[in-house]
Amino acid sequence: MTNPNGRFGIHGGQYIPETLMNAVIELEEAYNYYKNDSEFNRELTELFNEYAGRPSRLYYAEKMTKDLGGAKIYLKREDLNHTGAHKINNVLGQALLAKKMGKTRLIAETGAGQHGVATATAAALMGMECVVFMGEEDTIRQALNVYRMRLLGAEVIPVKTGTATLKDAVSEAMREWTSRIADTHYCLGSVMGPHPFPTIVRDFQAVISKEIKEQILQKEGRLPDAVIACVGGGSNAIGSFYHFIEDAGVRLIGCEAAGRGIDTFETAATINTGRVGLFHGMKSYFCQDKYGQIAPVYSISAGLDYPGVGPEHAHLHDIGRAEYVPVTDDEAVNAFEYLVKTEGIIPAIESAHAVAHAMKIAPTMDKDKIIVITISGRGDKDCAAIARYRGEDIHE
Amino acid sequence: MSNIKKAFENGKAFIAFITCGDPDLETTAAAVKAAVQNGADLIELGIPFSDPTAEGPVIQGANLRALNGGVTTDKIFAFVKELRRDVKVPMVFMTYANVVFSYGAEKFISTCRDIEIDGLILPDLPFEEKEEFQPLCKQYGVDLVSLIAPTSENRIAMIAKEAEGFLYIVSSLGVTGTRSEIKTDLASIVKVVRENTDVPCAIGFGISTPEQAKKMADISDGAIVGSAIIKLLEKYGKDASEYVGEYVRSMKDAMR
Repeated sequence: MTNPNGRFGIHGGQYIPETLMNAVIELEEAYNYYKNDSEFNRELTELFNEYAGRPSRLYYAEKMTKDLGGAKIYLKREDLNHTGAHKINNVLGQALLAKKMGKTRLIAETGAGQHGVATATAAALMGMECVVFMGEEDTIRQALNVYRMRLLGAEVIPVKTGTATLKDAVSEAMREWTSRIADTHYCLGSVMGPHPFPTIVRDFQAVISKEIKEQILQKEGRLPDAVIACVGGGSNAIGSFYHFIEDAGVRLIGCEAAGRGIDTFETAATINTGRVGLFHGMKSYFCQDKYGQIAPVYSISAGLDYPGVGPEHAHLHDIGRAEYVPVTDDEAVNAFEYLVKTEGIIPAIESAHAVAHAMKIAPTMDKDKIIVITISGRGDKDCAAIARYRGEDIHE
Repeated sequence: MSNIKKAFENGKAFIAFITCGDPDLETTAAAVKAAVQNGADLIELGIPFSDPTAEGPVIQGANLRALNGGVTTDKIFAFVKELRRDVKVPMVFMTYANVVFSYGAEKFISTCRDIEIDGLILPDLPFEEKEEFQPLCKQYGVDLVSLIAPTSENRIAMIAKEAEGFLYIVSSLGVTGTRSEIKTDLASIVKVVRENTDVPCAIGFGISTPEQAKKMADISDGAIVGSAIIKLLEKYGKDASEYVGEYVRSMKDAMR
């Protein structure tokens, strides 16, 4: 799907300071070499299988299916991965690549903290230094993950600029990368930023759809009718979609965080409310005002609280291959509680956005239809925030 | 070809950066006039952006103060039109790609010509992406200024060959902000630039003292100063123009 300049249709590109250009060119050359290197792929597969616990389960949610009374529902259990989310897939790939490139230090941004924890984990495993930038607001929302990162040996730097959330953490990580390039790899956490990141991250996350395809063919003997995943930057979604893009019969549905609603300013639903722009290294859709100032987005989910979306999603939207639907805080919290009570699975609040949309469409579909929902992460980290949302104050 | 070359006709050029609307446009006007009266050869007017990824804390602060003060691209266009009655030295806009793109590139760049803005500096638009705005800049006679960084190495010749207006040489790794020491081998970079273009080159990032300005001017065609001026605006607010004038004079004197 990528042309040589890192474009997905009109989207993508490399809108970054000159200081970083040779760094992304070096990264692209290294990636193009190692992605076809059998030893690199052997090591990565071993890390996936032996360390991260892949392949992750494709679980038939029988109670949920019966309760909703429509399409058959399968859950792709990325929450069962080591560190509790899909983020580890990308991080193991990038950390291994960085190590092959001779880098000794990883920097990363994080929203909910899952990518930061995954990066800190990979750094610990591979003996690398690690610095994680996290919006100050998010360090409060996700205090437990901050502790986990520090425990893993990473330095966590609270970012106080702007809205003190994910976009500011990305900006600060980019600033740090421009000041220290020689020994440092920026381990970007989603399918965003300048080329080649959207392609590299997608390729490492594509293991999700590769497995879904094999598993569903084994269980059902056919492809699913719909694959549903939540979209912030969009890494678990593109990973879940990728091997189905050519299968026209499979609906691909990305669930954006609508926050308090797409008719309010407190939303993070980029494709539903944004316009095309140039930011954080890419051309894509962004929430912005009429002068191009990036909007202070909002969602209950720190991991979806980002004003942009990966360029490949922007393209899949433009060509009508994938649908992007808004899901509000309320719907996500309801779905979070529903999945816990129905299946005994606590999903990340991010993933609950995908569950919420499945709950809307499953009852409208015939019983012989199949939906796969990617549960991108586990929700232990969100319990305190959900309790607060329900008016209960608990201490972690 | 714009008027930018005139900025390099009075010896080494002193280039002053000021964020429009920090803390308000009246102060910006006074500061620009004071800078020009005291020897600034070219003015870089910043159009604030919500997320200035190439800036250090000082200029980030200026962007925030300006946006909180309610300045917009349209207000800045009207302001520059007015300012042009008094200010005759070349002026360029320094902003981020999305500010131009979102306004509508053609509308933005044609307005630049109408209000006599000579060039455009976009730190997040590298050589590979300049096609985004270059054809329109050419059409309307606005120079799209290219940047060269300490990491540019094998890219310097390619960038210099297509340079317009002037070349902005970034002195150090990292973001804007004052530095006690500049370690990059800038003379070698300037040498490659000279071999590939006649367009003048000026050095920016981290320059704050007259000694640094002299040193940079000795190896290139001029010095660009932003954060040190913004600090004066931050400290003295509406009364800053006098201090900006004094400061610019001390810098320009050191470069003569």
